[in-house]
Amino acid sequence: MNALLSQYPDKVASILAKYPADQKRAAVMPLLYLAQAGDNYITRQDVQDIAEILEISATDVVSIIGFYTLYHDEPGGKYRIQVCTDLPCALRGAEQFLANLCENIGVRVGETTPDGLITIEAVTCLAACHRAPMFQLQGDGDIAYHENMTVEKTLALIEELRKHVRTGEAAHD
Amino acid sequence: MTEQTTILLRHRAVPGLDQLQVYRDNGGFETFRKVVTSMQPADVLAEVKNSGLRGRGGAGFPTGTKWGFLPNNIWPHYVVANADESEPGTFKDREIMESNPFQFLEGLAIASYAVGANLSYVYLRGEFWQIAERLDEDIAALEAAGLLGDNLFGTQYSLRLRTHLGAGAYICGEETALLESLEGKLGQPRLRPPFPAVYGLFGKPTVINNVETLTNLPPILEKGAAWYRTFGTEKSPGVKIFSLSGCINRPGNYELPLGVTFRELIFDYGGGVPEGRTVKAFMSAGASSTIVVADDAALDTPMDYESTQNTLNAPLGSASVIILDDSVDMAWLVDKTVHFFRHESCGKCTPCREGTYWMSHLTHRIAHGKARPEDIELLDTVAAQMQGKCLCALGEFSTMAVRSGIEKFRADFEANVRRAPHG
Amino acid sequence: MAKMINLTIDGHSVSVPEGTLVVNAAKQIGIDIPVFCYHPKMEPVGMCRMCLVDIGRPVIDRATNQPVLNPDGTPKLNFGPKLETACTTPVSEGMVVDGLNDKVRAGRKDIIEFLLTSHPLDCPICDKGGECPLQNLTLGFGPGSSRFLLDEKMRLAKHLPLGDLIMLDRERCIQCGRCVRYQHEIAGDPVIAFYNRGRYLEIMTDSDPGFDSVFSGNTTDICPVGALTTNDFRFEARPWEMKSSASICAQCPVGCNTTLNVRREARAKGSTVVKRVMPRQNELVNEIWMCDKGRFAYHYMGTEARLTAPLVRKDDVLVEATWEEALAAAADGLRAAGSSLVTLAGGRLSNEDLFSLQQLTALQFGKAVLHSYMAGGELTAALGMAPGSNFSDMGKETAIVVVSSDLYEEAPIYYHRIRQAALRGAALIVVNARPTKLDDVAAHSLRCRYGEEPAVLAGLAPGGKPLEGWQAAAEALAAAENLVLLYGSDGTGLEGSQALSAACASLLTATGRAGRANNGLIAVWAHANDQGAFDMGFRPEPALDVTLAQAAAVYVAAADPAGDSPALADALDRAGFVVVQELFLTETARRADVVFPVSTYIEREGSFTNAERRVQRFYPALPPRPGTLPDFVITAQMGACLGHAIEARSASQVFLRIAAQHPAYAGQTYTTLAHTEEQWPIVGRQDLYYGGTGYDNHQGLGVQLPLVPLAEQPPTPARAQRAVAPDGTLMVYPVTRLYDRGTTVMPTLLLKDRIAQRVLALHPETAARFGLAAGVETQLTLNGVTAPVGVRLDDTLPLDVALLPRSVGLPAWEPVAIRVNQPSPLNDTPPA
Ligand SMILES: Cc1cc2nc3c(=O)[nH]c(=O)nc-3n(C[C@H](O)[C@H](O)[C@H](O)COP(=O)(O)O)c2cc1C
Ligand code: SF4
Ligand code: FES
Repeated sequence: MNALLSQYPDKVASILAKYPADQKRAAVMPLLYLAQAGDNYITRQDVQDIAEILEISATDVVSIIGFYTLYHDEPGGKYRIQVCTDLPCALRGAEQFLANLCENIGVRVGETTPDGLITIEAVTCLAACHRAPMFQLQGDGDIAYHENMTVEKTLALIEELRKHVRTGEAAHD
Repeated sequence: MTEQTTILLRHRAVPGLDQLQVYRDNGGFETFRKVVTSMQPADVLAEVKNSGLRGRGGAGFPTGTKWGFLPNNIWPHYVVANADESEPGTFKDREIMESNPFQFLEGLAIASYAVGANLSYVYLRGEFWQIAERLDEDIAALEAAGLLGDNLFGTQYSLRLRTHLGAGAYICGEETALLESLEGKLGQPRLRPPFPAVYGLFGKPTVINNVETLTNLPPILEKGAAWYRTFGTEKSPGVKIFSLSGCINRPGNYELPLGVTFRELIFDYGGGVPEGRTVKAFMSAGASSTIVVADDAALDTPMDYESTQNTLNAPLGSASVIILDDSVDMAWLVDKTVHFFRHESCGKCTPCREGTYWMSHLTHRIAHGKARPEDIELLDTVAAQMQGKCLCALGEFSTMAVRSGIEKFRADFEANVRRAPHG
Repeated sequence: MAKMINLTIDGHSVSVPEGTLVVNAAKQIGIDIPVFCYHPKMEPVGMCRMCLVDIGRPVIDRATNQPVLNPDGTPKLNFGPKLETACTTPVSEGMVVDGLNDKVRAGRKDIIEFLLTSHPLDCPICDKGGECPLQNLTLGFGPGSSRFLLDEKMRLAKHLPLGDLIMLDRERCIQCGRCVRYQHEIAGDPVIAFYNRGRYLEIMTDSDPGFDSVFSGNTTDICPVGALTTNDFRFEARPWEMKSSASICAQCPVGCNTTLNVRREARAKGSTVVKRVMPRQNELVNEIWMCDKGRFAYHYMGTEARLTAPLVRKDDVLVEATWEEALAAAADGLRAAGSSLVTLAGGRLSNEDLFSLQQLTALQFGKAVLHSYMAGGELTAALGMAPGSNFSDMGKETAIVVVSSDLYEEAPIYYHRIRQAALRGAALIVVNARPTKLDDVAAHSLRCRYGEEPAVLAGLAPGGKPLEGWQAAAEALAAAENLVLLYGSDGTGLEGSQALSAACASLLTATGRAGRANNGLIAVWAHANDQGAFDMGFRPEPALDVTLAQAAAVYVAAADPAGDSPALADALDRAGFVVVQELFLTETARRADVVFPVSTYIEREGSFTNAERRVQRFYPALPPRPGTLPDFVITAQMGACLGHAIEARSASQVFLRIAAQHPAYAGQTYTTLAHTEEQWPIVGRQDLYYGGTGYDNHQGLGVQLPLVPLAEQPPTPARAQRAVAPDGTLMVYPVTRLYDRGTTVMPTLLLKDRIAQRVLALHPETAARFGLAAGVETQLTLNGVTAPVGVRLDDTLPLDVALLPRSVGLPAWEPVAIRVNQPSPLNDTPPA
């Protein structure tokens, strides 16, 4: 009946094993990442499952999602391109880069491409100030840095992802 | 010009150091073995005290002294490595963990032994997802090699290391917020006292140390406190990684003895500012520090904890130096930093929650030419109203650039107000 | 005795125990340091920064370890550069606290200004208006005008229901976290929390139903602004438009002290109506809290369907009559019946009513029967909580045993207080056939089969043989200085209750703990005054149907046996003459020969004795409904017709008779019950040191009665061992749900989604055996009543049993074996 548990029995077990037995609650963040791995957002069911596994209230789980920016409880793009536009990166043209990127793929910051592939977001410092413009790519249960980027390189990457998803879907059916 | 050292960024001297084999071939984990098999925890603590090592996470607090605060009648003890590295302009811990992970882990292991911790955590910011995956593999490798685990080197001592990922919250770098987050709660700072040394992770005595701080330990325990003190200054011994960013030709990490001047860092290493512009100002500790006018006095100030604070009235902090050239509008910059702090305020205490929100409205108006003349004064008083009232340092940090910016570069602000269509 | 610390606050010197927080030290000498996030019932968090003060500490000479002195001989003080939060700073010797200087005033102005930047300032339409510390502080310290641009103010949801009971106004919320911390730390229902962060922090709930806690109303009291309000009271009235009078909640045996706010209303045709029920501070009973049933389920008090004239049966129909006729008719009936009189009283009557009833019954040589499925009142009178007991004092040294009770549902505030005691270290031992919420904080949860509880208790007694794995519990119990035992009615009927109470009594006696403060036996009664009824001489009757059927006259007050079960209805039909005192025309009243209309308890004076045997007064809040009289007056007038002199001048006079006749009550008067003393924390509603909108207590803390030696041995249960279900039948055990279908609950529409459904709960395997499936309704026949019943599967329940809530329309008063319509695949006996 617990979908998360039955989907990833081993992963859940090894996550719980990281913390003292009487401190289960500490596992809520890794479990949220696990739940998010699939569609890049956390569903109501995931929340219920996690609350059940950790014996805390669903409300407390939702509260965690709300506080931390890397968790999403609303569907967005299958991939999230999160461009750092914080001070050091901005001093190296990050804002211009973001603007050009948006213009090229035709969405505004915070929006998702019509095909649901990419959401573009502006974020605060990612500890890559010396390699701006840069962004992180959140999706497939992973977060990858892409540094010293140009719009061209980024568009190429997006094409890669699009292919990847198609073949993935093809593989499915 | 002072030589760059490779004590912490050792991978720059030894290729492939992120491979356990390579690390061991170069003496890796021998120090930990020596410590566990031939030294009492007290001896380790003494050595670290003597080395004068100070926290590299920002506060610069003497590491040995901090360890000494743990009570020996409450157990278990924990050590938590602070790998949240979220201060704008800071990217040193990341390079260590990416390229010299085993030295960091060995340092964490040594600290754990020194305070009698059998389970220690590495708290990484969520964005360091891939680094965490690597560290998990490295830890597994160390356990396989018998360098971590139960009854290490045939002694009674056992140690396990675990990683824990944050999920996008600068405040979780603050040590008590970090502990809350590690416990699965909102990353909001705790009331202090009690301090983590007494009531820390899961309510137990806990040491929290920055990644760079810990990475200093293997060499210190290998070569001794006296050797370490041959670097740096009397009060700020040793080496430090300076993260150089902003308007600079060669941004990056530079490992140097503490006490090197800003001028050396900016010109000798950073290669000056691009397009023949001039350095207008710099921030010595990321977005949290005051804005320093880059006059000769400032440029010739030694980068150590005392000099920076006393002569520039700016913290050295985690030594993330952001360079601002003459093209930078300080009103724009302040809008940037304030936006950052408003976004990162945890919301627990009133002055920070409301103050950063209010300031962000004012800086936005100013930077976007929509401000009223009185808004500059108002911004300064709002910042002043926050000072000394916040629950943790984040609120305080948010006022630094604002107040120093208005004080030293009022012209920039007034220029923006003049653009505004009012009157 | 803690070390005392001397300090001065705003020039006044005070001496308080070590560890006291500055904010509380100040309050003790009448100085209000303003707070928002701090609440004296919760751990300090230092969030809102409202309580900033300037603190100086004596400079100590390191060498001599003596305070450094100024030239004038006064100790040199060191004031920190920053203001400090008085709510988090403990006092220290020689400390000087300044809450008045310009630095502090400026600091407070700054904080208020910050809070107001996003506050809507809609005081004129805010329910909190008039009792809001933010409003008061703004007047006291706030900035004259707002420097924050209005159009930049945050616009947020202003009417966001957190479930159907509580409404949230996000614009008014100041993120103090009181509500969240109350629900997590105190109530133990973590169903509201913060979402987002920074300025975007907002309160939300994710439970189903929303804000799923029976304590939710308390958050509206402690919310220091108008962000949380009850849907019940919202926009109903302004605090200052209402009269308030002290009362006692009659919903359960805890006896929470309440204040009823009433107002004359055009809507109610100019009559006075209850607008809200608020907790009234009594640190010995409910502290400053109450449960949502007590808070919201008061609407029955105003219902139209009241009887307002006596009824007399003429040619087999009940017709209105004058009081004279009715009294005469009733008297004739009772006279004729002689000693074959059975008086059946309900535990919702006051002591005074019960006393008069008992007197009349005795003078007629009749039998005084309590309508109750719980026994043991004689035992609690002898072994109950000794005077000086207070759950708030209990901690490590105390063991608390809760047996056969789902306390959260049966008596929420006992759950509330015992949970706190457990968190303070009391060894909580829960004995029950199924898991209950109290298990969360229990040191030992002992699971047994329904009916085995007495055996388990015997095992815990000194020298007893605890079952496998339960030694730890027995040891904890033996080790504790104090022992408190509570028994409820989870799965028990009257017989089971007799066995249970007897077992509790012998355990308590065996441990020799009885008679000392913070020790004793508590019965978690079904009604507010069952204990008083026992004290006044009423006893439950195992074979009630027989007893009633054989009586020549039955005199019923505040009970509806006919409504409860067809068997009893039938018995009443067969009984001789029937007199009924009631609020409504109940099934029982319909069968009466004479019916008298009574006033509700909030229309008159009286007293209740709660389960801890604290006698408490309630006062009239409304004028009596015209045409009605208090029960004790009616009884006395009937007595007069029969030639008995029964006190009726006033409730207080009747109480004097009680005191004269019942040793436990000796020396008590309405004056002693009205006695109050200063309580801690001090929570005046206008204070800037803000405790909440709950009322302080000027009308009496009540009196905890002394124990009396056991006069009579209680009846020993006919059958102590568990009832076993005959083959092919299913054993159904009655359980209590807080929101049942009782006459006091149903009129409160707000609660409709939380009211217990007529649903049978069983373990999936058991359900399968009897061919029952979740959701599917089945026809069930229980004690002669057939009705459709839903099915709920719950794998935490014991096997082979089913649970059915009491008073959901099926007569489930004691365990009963039923035949389920569907033939069972596994059992061989033919279906009924
Ligand atoms: C708002 C805030 C953010 C912080 N962020 C970090 C951080 O990202 N990494 C870090 O090591 N210390 C950070 N600190 C400092 C920690 O609270 C703590 O002092 C430090 O980790 C102690 O380790 P150290 O003694 O080795 O420096 C931060 C402090 C504050 C107030
Ligand atoms: S709703 Fe009221 S009690 Fe809850 S945080 Fe907001 S202001 Fe505080
Ligand atoms: S900080 Fe003291 S009352 Fe809120």
